[in-house]
Amino acid sequence: MTSGLTAGLRADPSVKRGKRLSPMVYVLIAVASLLLLSLVRVLAGARDLTSAGTVQAAITAAVPLAMAGLAGLWAERAGVINIGLEGMMVLGTFGAGYAGYQWGPWAGVAFGLVLGALGGLLHAVATVTFGVDNIISGVAINILAPAAALFLSKLYFAGAPGGGQKQSPRITDAAKVSVPGLSGVLGDIEAKQWFFVSDLAGILRGLLTDVSLLSIFAVVLLVGTAYVLWRTPFGLRLRSCGEAPTAAESLGVNVYKYKYYAVIGSGAFAGLGGAFLAVASGQFRDGQTAGRGFIGLAAMIFGNWRPGSLATGAGLFGYTDALALRGSTAVHALLLLLGIALIVVAVIQFRGGHNVLSGVAAAIGVLFGWWYFGSDQVPPELVGAAPYVVTLLVLALASQRLRVPRAVGEVYRRGEAK
Amino acid sequence: MRKLSLRNVLLGLAAPLGALVFAALICSLVLVITGNSPIDAVDAMSAAAQRPRTLVNSLNYATTYYLAAVAVAVGFRMKLFNIGVDGQYRLAAMLSAALAGAAFMDGLPSFLRIAMTIIAAMLVGAAWSGIAALLKVTRGVSEVISTIMLNAIATYLVSYLLNPARLAQDVPGSNNISTRPITEGGQVPGIEVAGSTSKIFGMVFLAVAVGVLYWFVLSRTRFGFELKATGLSESAAVASGVSVKKMVVYSMLISGAVAGLVAMPQLLGSSHSYSLDFPAGVGFTGIAVALLGRNHPVGMALAAALWGFLENTANSLDIAGIPREIVLIMQGVIVLSVVVAYELVRRYRVRAEQREVGRALGRTKTLEEVSA
Repeated sequence: MTSGLTAGLRADPSVKRGKRLSPMVYVLIAVASLLLLSLVRVLAGARDLTSAGTVQAAITAAVPLAMAGLAGLWAERAGVINIGLEGMMVLGTFGAGYAGYQWGPWAGVAFGLVLGALGGLLHAVATVTFGVDNIISGVAINILAPAAALFLSKLYFAGAPGGGQKQSPRITDAAKVSVPGLSGVLGDIEAKQWFFVSDLAGILRGLLTDVSLLSIFAVVLLVGTAYVLWRTPFGLRLRSCGEAPTAAESLGVNVYKYKYYAVIGSGAFAGLGGAFLAVASGQFRDGQTAGRGFIGLAAMIFGNWRPGSLATGAGLFGYTDALALRGSTAVHALLLLLGIALIVVAVIQFRGGHNVLSGVAAAIGVLFGWWYFGSDQVPPELVGAAPYVVTLLVLALASQRLRVPRAVGEVYRRGEAK
Repeated sequence: MRKLSLRNVLLGLAAPLGALVFAALICSLVLVITGNSPIDAVDAMSAAAQRPRTLVNSLNYATTYYLAAVAVAVGFRMKLFNIGVDGQYRLAAMLSAALAGAAFMDGLPSFLRIAMTIIAAMLVGAAWSGIAALLKVTRGVSEVISTIMLNAIATYLVSYLLNPARLAQDVPGSNNISTRPITEGGQVPGIEVAGSTSKIFGMVFLAVAVGVLYWFVLSRTRFGFELKATGLSESAAVASGVSVKKMVVYSMLISGAVAGLVAMPQLLGSSHSYSLDFPAGVGFTGIAVALLGRNHPVGMALAAALWGFLENTANSLDIAGIPREIVLIMQGVIVLSVVVAYELVRRYRVRAEQREVGRALGRTKTLEEVSA
């Protein structure tokens, strides 16, 4: 159904892929961003922009989002839209709460994964076997899963010590590791508040000390996904089901099987995201996911259906989340950061000959700057909306550069090739 | 149109009834596994159903759900997925409540106040869905994604505006926040029912009117024909001169305007202000109801009534010691199984038709052979 109505608009199939940037360029971009960050940190006097605490909070916030994004990636690369991510994450949080308080965080993670995968299986049965519209099945799972989680929570947590009707007993956090010998030195440099150097030290300290094993596991999964989907025959076949299922069929790929693998895997990743969330916050709570499944979906779109950029998107969304937690100065400084970043984008677009885009970006950038200088703080409610607004802007301004899997959301039935 | 034979009627009913039975079975199973008795549950719910108050409240809930379902169905009929009914509804509820409760409204005549509130809600809903429509026709952005994002943005926007410093005030004696309550002249009176403390929403007539209008526009006007034609086959519609972009914009705007109406029964009939505990998630209920009722004006009314009934009798379950969420589970199972059942019936029909054609031609071919 969803792919039915195109309104005469289809992304141009011959969109030229931007040429691959060399690693050097990425390093340059990273250094430039860091310079910009330190500049804004100094100008706005917002130490939290690059403090180790912010970076750690950003990682904690970004990991569940990245898992939800990966979940979306697995399903959509095989041609199945999964907006049931939110519900599958809820199942994951419940699973982590249930097993986590009894047998420790890793049991919780495993159980959350299994429950999420069960949600994925349900979605696969409905969409692949019965050909139900992807969106409808997703909506149904989003109704069903939170209800099931709350039902079970009332049954199993209400009587447990430290639990309640809508929350599980405490889960111990997963172990944290540090690169030895760095914490002190980096902390000292960070405290000096030197331009650039202290900022670098703060970020490094956030990245290298007190890192949860869960975060490391998440990075492994991210890299693993990239490898499996783009470097193995299995991944090629799976992606071919999302691009041209009938062509895949004609080459002997069992499309149903691959779609099942992908959607169950998708549920497992969503369940993991939920489990990470529950373990990191110490318990299962009703309504804990708070739309993170949808932000994960947004991160996937922001990342143009690719794991690397998806992680960037999740990182950015996690960073805004962390800043919102750190208080109003940091959030206020974010305005200036956004304003400058948009002006930079405008200049790049102008040089590329995209005058309209450049104009829009510049105008919004100026608006952000004006907002920064004309106000003392940003209402926290509006910060929460940032990921969604950014995604809408990306979709509106850069939709021509986005490359959606060709057959995503289309119902495929074996032997009905047109 | 399919002809109205007994077989076709039975086939049409098979899917929803089958889904209901299946959902009841699943829920009984869940209850038995978790150590509860399904008989107790049915007993508690049927006892609750005998109280007039439960029935009145069920009807009131159904009114809201019906409007939400119509809002969704307008999009569904042309294969547009307005997932954003929820956000459109909440934003419209909040802003129209603020307008209706504003001090300057107190002196205006009652009719004008109510009309202004309703029109404001429709405009806000349409404006919010209009963003998605605009993104779709100018930039090709899928309305599913954009409305999901707009739902979330609406949530934050509402919590931003619902602040004592802006459009709201503290509710004395609680930690709730609400817009300024609508005074008597701006309210819609309810209908008294003997033996019940709650009244039937006066707005039930609005829902009926919307349902009739929905039926009329879809089946008796050129616009409705073009809308359905676009939904059935975009290319055929384009070939016969329908501007799909225009249809997308119109149907999204109509869907959003109806979504704005969804809050009216509750707001003008019972709550009289928008507060933190105003019902949320109604838009998703609307999707469920529209699916169960197959976008049919009467089918959706039955489905909305079922939903309202289930939710109101669920309260009695908690008293019987059974978590009331079993009802939500039941609703979820109904939605999922009803769409599966519709698909199975559709496949059965296709096969039956092919057999008939085959018989008429003197030989039979299976589906696989035909498509191969």
